[in-house]
Amino acid sequence: MRQVFALLSGLIFGLGLVLSGMANPAKVLNFLDLAGSWDPSLAFVMGGAIAVTAPGFALLTRRRERPLHAARFHLPTARDLDPRLLGGAAVFGVGWGLGGFCPGPALTALPVAATGTLVFVPTMLAGMWLARRTATPRRRSAAA
Amino acid sequence: MPTEFTPWASLLGGMMIGASAVLLMATAGRIAGISGLTVRLLTRGDDGEARGVSALFVLGLLLAAPLWRLTTGDWPVQSVPDNLGLMAVAGLLVGFGAVYGSGCTSGHGVCGISRGSPRSLAATLTFMATAVVTVFVVRHLIGL
Repeated sequence: MRQVFALLSGLIFGLGLVLSGMANPAKVLNFLDLAGSWDPSLAFVMGGAIAVTAPGFALLTRRRERPLHAARFHLPTARDLDPRLLGGAAVFGVGWGLGGFCPGPALTALPVAATGTLVFVPTMLAGMWLARRTATPRRRSAAA
Repeated sequence: MPTEFTPWASLLGGMMIGASAVLLMATAGRIAGISGLTVRLLTRGDDGEARGVSALFVLGLLLAAPLWRLTTGDWPVQSVPDNLGLMAVAGLLVGFGAVYGSGCTSGHGVCGISRGSPRSLAATLTFMATAVVTVFVVRHLIGL
């Protein structure tokens, strides 16, 4: 059952990305373009997602000892704002601003097979692999 | 190029993303962070359960656009930048930064903020800021 729900979660996530417009880099870039053709739609995506996730997570972790199909909740435990976190986020943001894709939308858009996506996804995977190779294992539980 | 402001579709899509995150947490006990789930598939790990969940979630993401095509008759509307050198660099930065900084838009921006994580809030503000600056530089200073 765990596998079925994981597949279903991915599918719902991807459909949400498509419906919301987040799988369209033009919309993402316009959201980030405050000085130009600003499209505030993506604030609604994030707002809608957090409005469901925040109470959902709170209810789950407060009411239940463990998930339905696993031994425990795997939650990040790191608390400190280290240079790794902020440096990684800064680099991520530059890439996001250049291409208009972050990992979820890029993978979701892959089957549509636009040339830009077909170039972006392999280099994204290479970047992930490289970061994991240079990563110290102590932060592994914090990977989100 | 302007894009249409779509508050309702974006809000609903965002809520689906939230529902997916809650479903994955409720069943597998894991954060729906796309970079974290994806990087598990690129490296050899000992945690078979986590790899299985990651593989099926990513498979679900990949099936979303084809399912959209089957049910609506059209591929999702998108406009992907066609500067392939730029997309290659963007992909590398997104992949590297997301894993190095322990998360991306989904893991930090949706799940982390929903958990009230100060690290995720700091990461999200950081990548939003560098993304906005990047778009400003690319569109309004360089004029790409």
